[in-house]
Amino acid sequence: MAARTLTINGTLISARSNETVLEAAREAGISIPTLCHLDGLSEVGACRLCLVEIAGSAKLQPACHTTVTEGMEVQTDTPRLKAHRRAIVELLFAERNHICAVCVASGHCELQQLAVEVGMSHVRYEYLSPDCSVDISHARFGIDHNRCVLCTRCVRACDEVEGVHTWDIAGRGTNARVITDLNVPWGEATSCTSCGKCLLACPTGAIFSRGSTVAELERDASRIATIVAARNERW
Amino acid sequence: MKRHQYRADALIEVLHKAQELYGHLTEDRLLEIAHSLHLPPSRVYGVATFYHFFSLTPQGEHSCTVCLGTACYVKGAMELLATLETESGLRAGSTSADGKLSLLTARCLGACGIAPAVIVDGNVAGHADPEVMRARVRALLDED
Repeated sequence: MAARTLTINGTLISARSNETVLEAAREAGISIPTLCHLDGLSEVGACRLCLVEIAGSAKLQPACHTTVTEGMEVQTDTPRLKAHRRAIVELLFAERNHICAVCVASGHCELQQLAVEVGMSHVRYEYLSPDCSVDISHARFGIDHNRCVLCTRCVRACDEVEGVHTWDIAGRGTNARVITDLNVPWGEATSCTSCGKCLLACPTGAIFSRGSTVAELERDASRIATIVAARNERW
Repeated sequence: MKRHQYRADALIEVLHKAQELYGHLTEDRLLEIAHSLHLPPSRVYGVATFYHFFSLTPQGEHSCTVCLGTACYVKGAMELLATLETESGLRAGSTSADGKLSLLTARCLGACGIAPAVIVDGNVAGHADPEVMRARVRALLDED
């Protein structure tokens, strides 16, 4: 495999000729934020968070989809890129109903982590507040469309790794939703093998394990009184 | 499907033909297409819902398509659409309960010279006047 030499943020780096800018940067310890990228799955270049500046090109290029070339000069962290990334994350938040405080993934959420990384203190765009459903028809998992960012990681994991393709995207624009089979409730999707790879692939709390949501963590405080009453009767 | 040798990449052609033959696509038909072309049902559903041309609900006996392209928009297509929506009691993209009329919109009909343009049952009407169109839609709705 031929080697290519390029500079990322002024640092000289050598990479294999078939590597993407993203892979080369990560190997060199330079972090580029991503959302739709997941090691092991194909690239779709949908989230645009990994956009980088390449000398000689006025257009920004997605690092996950750009192969390294000899003498390439890449910048990954300019003010222009930072502004774009923050805008992208804000738009993701504005598009659905992301409420971290009641989310199963809070603290383990890639979207939340990204918001922290890009320094998003508030959202400058008007929230669309779409009317999204929650589907808990599956015995083990649930999907909350309010938290879905349409990264298609579940779609690709199901298709490429499990080889089933239960998931896909229906509709377009703001009406796009991930669906199972012919837009049937997940529990009725006959092709689903309940393998849970979509759960592993989901960057947010959109796909979750049943029993892990805030509403399901019920506590019955009256049991304390029952115990005390029972003890009083006994002694 | 046979003509396309049941090839998976002929999905859009097959969907076109199915819509042409039956007027709209039902879930059973989509499932049948998915099985025949060896495609996941979710993929077929995704494609059918992505393109506005494909319809999963029955279309009305008559159709009225208002062009919302830039030229028509400038010439008052939104006003025209609003008039027709109130007259028919329908929202753009829906069909009346009795199956008489479908009120639709299009991005651009390529007939910008006669903006605002409307297609009623396949016939293009140029320089559409809201009042005239209102009367035509009324006539379609009242027809037996």
